[in-house]
Amino acid sequence: MNSTRIVVIGAGPAGTRAALTLARAGLRPTLIDEAPSNGGQIYRRRPQALGDRGNPYGFETRKAARLHRDFDAARDAIDFRGDATVWDVKPGIVHAIEQNRAITMGWDRLIIATGAMDRTIPFPGWTLPGVITLGGAQTLLKAQRSIAGSRVVLFGSGPLLYLVAYQYARAAAGVAAVLDTSPRARLSDAATAAIAGGTAFLKGLYYVSALAARGIRIWTGVTGFAVDGDGTVKRATWTDAQGVARSLPCDAVAAGFNLVSQTQIADLCELQFAFNALQRQWLPVVDDAGRSANPAIYLAGDGAAIGGADVAELTGERAALALLADLQQGASQRRIERINRKLRRSARFRKALDGRLFPFPEALARALDDDVMICRCEGITAGEIRNSVETLGADELNRAKAFSRVGMGRCQGRVCAAAATELIADAARCPIERVGRLRGQAPVKPVPLALIAGDAER
Amino acid sequence: MAVSGPTAGVKRLDGARQTVALTVDGEVIAAFRGETVLTALLTARGWIRTFEFGAEYRGGFCLIGACQDCWVRLKDGTPMRACTTLVADAMDIVTDEQH
Repeated sequence: MNSTRIVVIGAGPAGTRAALTLARAGLRPTLIDEAPSNGGQIYRRRPQALGDRGNPYGFETRKAARLHRDFDAARDAIDFRGDATVWDVKPGIVHAIEQNRAITMGWDRLIIATGAMDRTIPFPGWTLPGVITLGGAQTLLKAQRSIAGSRVVLFGSGPLLYLVAYQYARAAAGVAAVLDTSPRARLSDAATAAIAGGTAFLKGLYYVSALAARGIRIWTGVTGFAVDGDGTVKRATWTDAQGVARSLPCDAVAAGFNLVSQTQIADLCELQFAFNALQRQWLPVVDDAGRSANPAIYLAGDGAAIGGADVAELTGERAALALLADLQQGASQRRIERINRKLRRSARFRKALDGRLFPFPEALARALDDDVMICRCEGITAGEIRNSVETLGADELNRAKAFSRVGMGRCQGRVCAAAATELIADAARCPIERVGRLRGQAPVKPVPLALIAGDAER
Repeated sequence: MAVSGPTAGVKRLDGARQTVALTVDGEVIAAFRGETVLTALLTARGWIRTFEFGAEYRGGFCLIGACQDCWVRLKDGTPMRACTTLVADAMDIVTDEQH
């Protein structure tokens, strides 16, 4: 048996499928995740004590069941470590906190499958309790059998906006309105997406018509969004596509603008990054099999580029097959070609989604008033960020961070970096890629110092 | 101690499950086994903690362990991320930053 030590970070669809592929080839990978079980965000498993009512995975039920069934059947062949947070990666060593105990794991090959989170654009009132991300609203429903509120306003852009709205409406949660910042889709764009997207696009249309059938109003071309309330969410206000001021009472708001890749661990590994103009974010550079510039490190799933769950599973398998080929373990060329064909088709759909149907509304971030808080960890406002550019001359994100503390808090800029980048580019009148990206630093997630001091060898 | 914060928006979809009793800022609240500390706090009182740099309440944001907005402490000082920690019997949680 091959004794190569392989660590897969992240047990969503990409990491799980990668580990399963390696296990099937007779290797015994370590698969590590912050959650107690596998599934990631999309196929997150609800704690058993909360029952299985409400079909948490919707149209994706069969895919979720297959991934979970395959994983459960292979548990003995995979060294799975749940409840384990990776906080640093050094050449040959992964540092993690596993169930309140510091551990280290040696590795010869690494697959990074760290997934994504909602991309946020702040707005007045966004730090009120009751304002959460779209993904958070979905997690509450799927994994906790709870809903964000009785009258929920869903705001943002991207496929998740309509999926979460549909899921909330079906769960008999009151959806007050769906507010989309994207303009109403032009027929030609929708047709492009439909041709490239196939069933994925049809699902989107189904969500929209199901919302309409329930009398839930969808507003497009929304700007000037804000939430009012004294310590809690009371009312949402916005400007509609015709420039008319609108408002609705509500008790919760879920917001998000597509997803942003979680690349902090890839950054700790000092991988090469490049700016992806379509996704408007910096991403690790990989070849078409997920190999990074470091020959021992591979990437897969949304942590490499936003592609969704199906693409994540395919790229997870493909990265594992590339790793096997690199170890001279043999990998099915026919399978690789089949995966590549599917991925090429998905890439066309993704291009239509990101570029045409749900463009990132950078103007929304750039128009924020000076007093709107951007960095919710440190309490840094849009005005303070603009000041760091206009008065102090910062025209790069890490300099603006040094001057204003934006992105210096415990989330390390995961939440605020997208908007801060837009504000800096706007104030410095430079292209967004010139603003650069925040550098990841260990620990990439907060860990109690007392635990790290006891860092033990496995 | 700040226990009279904003009211709750988060609601449970099912009733009648096995409950767990935990203490939050000196008050006993009931939660369902399998819920996170975040779900328990938002359901019981609608907020998680007070912001350390200003007079505002916070209720978490991403709910998936990324934004780090929902850190609280056990009474013995152990820090705990509310959205990724499941409730357990006899948990004694302190959400006030001044301790």
